[in-house]
Amino acid sequence: MIELIDVHKSFGKKHVLKGVNLRVEKGESMVIIGGSGTGKSVLLKCILGLVRPEKGRILLDGQDAIRPSDRDAFLARFGMLFQGGALFDSLPVWQNVAFRLLRGALKRPREEARRIAIDKLARVGLGADTADLYPAELSGGMQKRVGLARAIAAEPEIIFFDEPTTGLDPILAGVINRLIRGIVEEMGATAVTITHDMTSVRAIADRVAMLHDGVIQWVGPVSQLDNSGNPYVDQFVHGREEGPIEALR
Amino acid sequence: MKGARLLDPLAGLGASTLGLLAAIGRVAFYLASTLSHVLRPPFYPREFLAQLMVIGYFSLPVVGLTALFTGGALALQIYVGGARFNAESVVPQIVAIGMVRELGPVLTGLMVAGRVASSIAAEIGTMKVTEQIDALVTLSTNPMKYLTVPRVLAATIALPVLAAVGDAIGIFGGYLVGITRLDLNAATYLKNTADFLETADVISGLVKAAVFGFIVALMGCYHGMNSGRGAQGVGRATTNAVVSSSVLIMGANYLLTQLFFAT
Ligand SMILES: Nc1ncnc2c1ncn2[C@@H]1O[C@H](COP(=O)(O)OP(=O)(O)OP(=O)(O)O)[C@@H](O)[C@H]1O
Ligand SMILES: [Mg+2]
Repeated sequence: MIELIDVHKSFGKKHVLKGVNLRVEKGESMVIIGGSGTGKSVLLKCILGLVRPEKGRILLDGQDAIRPSDRDAFLARFGMLFQGGALFDSLPVWQNVAFRLLRGALKRPREEARRIAIDKLARVGLGADTADLYPAELSGGMQKRVGLARAIAAEPEIIFFDEPTTGLDPILAGVINRLIRGIVEEMGATAVTITHDMTSVRAIADRVAMLHDGVIQWVGPVSQLDNSGNPYVDQFVHGREEGPIEALR
Repeated sequence: MKGARLLDPLAGLGASTLGLLAAIGRVAFYLASTLSHVLRPPFYPREFLAQLMVIGYFSLPVVGLTALFTGGALALQIYVGGARFNAESVVPQIVAIGMVRELGPVLTGLMVAGRVASSIAAEIGTMKVTEQIDALVTLSTNPMKYLTVPRVLAATIALPVLAAVGDAIGIFGGYLVGITRLDLNAATYLKNTADFLETADVISGLVKAAVFGFIVALMGCYHGMNSGRGAQGVGRATTNAVVSSSVLIMGANYLLTQLFFAT
């Protein structure tokens, strides 16, 4: 279980997170929606300790996540798909995917790591022939899917997906949505997904949280998304220009 | 108002002094952190070997050519200078000591600063900007251990080897010019060089080179890791890495020369 209590984060004068409170239960799929630039990516980075909040507490199973006693063990529980992919350009695709399996605590023989990498690539719709290419040789959507394969490669118990379907065609987006849903349902993983794609929200989410103006404006089950009674959520879900959210940000 | 304007240059001076002190502090902190990671596992031998290739092996042509031309030019200049007091015969000795104690390590350091500090800063800066450093951390890999330590170690080990090669090629360049253009006797040239050079000359040059290698890689990594956002940030990091490592090399060169002066 992940718990955020009154989390604040600023960059210079810009106050991005202004007291975020959120609880993600073990084994659930939480989707975070919100306008561009509202701090969704920053929120995930705070949980992983990549960005240090100025104020507030973040707990993982009741333990302090901002200063974990064993950071390696803490991070080993997570997988993360970065918004821009963040693939290592100096390594071929399969070594990117198998990064964790090639070194450190989870190290295995190279052939086995490669086999697992190719298997994960297949799950995101990439053939074995991509394994030996370098990230720069891939299209944007392919890079995103390699990032996805890397995030799930070591079968972590908590996975963060930052915009997993942006840049993908609708068919592949459907594949990825089902993959994420499958990981949560079959492997019992906890997933936190950021997306702007309402089809993805409905396909992936157990619960949905709406971030706006530095705070979580609404949290509720996905079934209530269309009748949340929350003006922010209503405007966002229907993509209306009029409402409490300014179009010009 | 007028007083404020008069004080402006002073305020500027104060601000840049503080900025410089802060930068020195950050570099010192980075240095300490690098050293603390060198001896603690996990180690990444693959990265280390790859960097040894990139920093050492691929710098050979640049270092070799620079040394060859410098050794040749040095022989001509010393001949010109020596002729003024009938001391043309010192060419082999001065070329040897000039290359081994000073020019070999310094030129190797500067050439590698241009070639390697820039590429390290650009590579790590790009990794920073494209969140690859963040990705490393989430994959339970410490960027200091995975990126900085292999590069710093490889450069510290590769530079003395490069400098030794540079020394030899530089002396050879002087020899070529000496026997072809200056009509010096080939056998005497080699004998004078060999008899004259002492172990301390060679060692002091190689120690310098090791320190320069350390500086180059450390500055490349430091500026890369602290790169600003976007392509502009990476560009600035690259420039800063080359400039700061070159200046530090010259500064360290003086201090080390002073240190080895007695020997
Ligand atoms: N390292 C940083 N330095 C300075 N400002 C930052 C940094 N990271 C994020 N920001 C700022 O924080 C704000 C939130 O950024 P974030 O990337 O979290 O947005 P987001 O909600 O993920 O948007 P999008 O949906 O477009 O990805 C932005 O205004 C951004 O400029
Ligand atoms: Mg984002």
